Amino acid sequence: MILSVLHVTTYRYDTPVRGVVQSHRLTPSGFEGQKVLRWSVEVEGGLPGGGYRDGAGDWVQSHSVRGPVSDITVRVAGDVETRDMAGVLRGHREHVPPEAYLRETVATAADVALRELGQAAVTGARDPLDAAHRLAAAVSEAVAYVPGATHAHTTAAEALARAEGVCQDHAHVLIAAARSQAIPARYVSGYLLAADGIPHEAAHAWAELWVPGLGWVGFDPANRCCPDERFIRLGSGDDARDAAPIKGIARGPGSESLDVTVAIQSVQQ
Amino acid sequence: MAPTYFNEMYQNGQVRPPYRHLEDWTAAMPAELRSLKQAEAEALFRRIGITFAVYGEGGDPDRLIPFDMFPRVFTASEWARLDRGIKQRARALNAFLVDVYGRGEIVRAGRIPARLVYQNEAYERAVAGIVPPRGVYSHIVGIDLVRTGPDDFFVLEDNCRTPSGVSYMLENREIMMRMFPALFRESRIQPVDRYPEILRRTLASVAPAKCDSDPTVVILTPGHFNSAYYEHSFLADLMGVDLVEGQDLFVEGEFVWMRTTEGPKKVDVIYRRIDDAFIDPLCFRPDSMLGVPGLMDVYRSGGVSICSAPGAGVADDKAVYTFVPEMIRFYLGETPILQNVPTWQCGKSDELTYVLENLAELVVKEVHGSGGYGMLVGPKSTKEQIAAFAERVKADPGNYIAQPTLALSTVPTFVDEGIAPRHVDLRPYCLVGERVELVPGGLTRVALKDGSLVVNSSQGGGVKDTWVLAE
Repeated sequence: MILSVLHVTTYRYDTPVRGVVQSHRLTPSGFEGQKVLRWSVEVEGGLPGGGYRDGAGDWVQSHSVRGPVSDITVRVAGDVETRDMAGVLRGHREHVPPEAYLRETVATAADVALRELGQAAVTGARDPLDAAHRLAAAVSEAVAYVPGATHAHTTAAEALARAEGVCQDHAHVLIAAARSQAIPARYVSGYLLAADGIPHEAAHAWAELWVPGLGWVGFDPANRCCPDERFIRLGSGDDARDAAPIKGIARGPGSESLDVTVAIQSVQQ
Repeated sequence: MAPTYFNEMYQNGQVRPPYRHLEDWTAAMPAELRSLKQAEAEALFRRIGITFAVYGEGGDPDRLIPFDMFPRVFTASEWARLDRGIKQRARALNAFLVDVYGRGEIVRAGRIPARLVYQNEAYERAVAGIVPPRGVYSHIVGIDLVRTGPDDFFVLEDNCRTPSGVSYMLENREIMMRMFPALFRESRIQPVDRYPEILRRTLASVAPAKCDSDPTVVILTPGHFNSAYYEHSFLADLMGVDLVEGQDLFVEGEFVWMRTTEGPKKVDVIYRRIDDAFIDPLCFRPDSMLGVPGLMDVYRSGGVSICSAPGAGVADDKAVYTFVPEMIRFYLGETPILQNVPTWQCGKSDELTYVLENLAELVVKEVHGSGGYGMLVGPKSTKEQIAAFAERVKADPGNYIAQPTLALSTVPTFVDEGIAPRHVDLRPYCLVGERVELVPGGLTRVALKDGSLVVNSSQGGGVKDTWVLAE
């Protein structure tokens, strides 16, 4: 399948800021499940910094904008050819060992409920892959998809206690539950072709769990599936903050508002 | 049985050769002159403003650390061995850092457990795959040593991040030379005053590939409220480089820039005295006001060097310490010249059993602790203290290591009653860049309380000038 992406993010500052620095994880890397055909990231008035591929295989690129400036637009556009790999991240070049994804972060710290969820899910699993599927299914059951029920800083423990959340919360809960069972897990940000084809206000997120013998395998508890040809993988990290496609800091006292549109379309070949 | 301690000046009633001059010196110094000199030394330290706590121990930042005028002396041959041992260790620690952020051969070879490295708080996934210029992560390695006999030295711990205290090494010498010039004429003492120049050269030698001119080096400090601020400004002065705070630097395009009155100036090497967590709010702690947003992206794309490199702390963790001799064998194919103190990991159940049964004989420390806090010195503790500490260890065994109580050597020290032996340790500062260098000397800390083995300034420790004699 060929997916066409248009992802536009506009930051507005109520008073002009002296400068902005952003760090982007906005460029998909190639692996057996995805091949980048065309891709561009443009920052209006931005000066590109040095880019590099990090240890997890993601392309990271910084941009700085000299002020005074009152709005900044980041425009991502491109085409990616995708294949259904049943979630398996095969042929992705990286060299961070999976053990490095066992440490807790604030957003993914496991409380008793998360540990119990993890323990109950893996009990009786036939093998590590089965355990990972059971964990993902348990998270889908435990947390209902309810937009607006949580916010950007909601932790896995809070989302599980509420039993509601969005894809970020599902991913955090799955990561925390998996790590509590000594299964390396990480947060993945990317795009998803929505069934309705309507532009969304946010990008998508899911989790990857380490399965010995297979490597990293994606699970999307929000959609009760493994990533397939409808998914584009942008990058990974310990949690949502770490894997954020755009991180930025503005120098200046102004407050910031954000406007995001994401349009993913399937292109007829 | 009371332990016997190695006295570095007297052995079997004889003065050891390196201390001969000092015997005459003290004999010729009446008590009145001594207290006069001590007052003079204190006044000098106060005037300089050197009142910070060593090694980030906290405590009252305005308190003066007691300076003891009686020097500690090493012979040239004693030092030659320390010099080789320290440099060997500094090389191995850097090889380890390049390895664990690269292919992790030492873990694959089963020589160190993956968990200790990759689940370590100090392991920075953000720098995996980065090889800093010249393969150096830790540019200033502070190695804490104790002595228990004429030829017996043990490494207590390694400090690979930003070891402090070197300003004491320099100031102690400066003040001794000012107060007792005759001593320095009579003895051939190797100078330490080249340290700032060597540090400057070391930092310049690790400039990034993108730097094509004489590199601009700066020291990045958290600010004047930091307990080691004096040292930051002192070293900047002596090296002739700018002392900056996070707000003085900014990222634009591929580089880091410093605001100056003549406009922005590109910065090539940052000697940072700020912890990893605070150096870049975009990459690490988002609430940090001390760092430079975007710095890590510039670093990782080769636009600036950071000394020590982010992530260096994984090599100086107290649990990783146990494996340093293994690193020396694995990376250098050499036999370790300096010994580790035998260490029990309370996280291992059989070792925990031993530790709990022998608490009265052992020193127990927190894995991530520093400054002599949160530790138990078994032989100096009451039964109640030992029992209470045992509960803490049982509650979180992985957080503790234990070592035998070492018979730290003593050096004569001026005390109220005259001159008496007091226990000491030593921190030399090894510089690693294009070359591995060590100035002959270091910081000697002394436990001023009679019988105390704790040299930390927060626990009643002082400092001494450390002499290395020429051949």
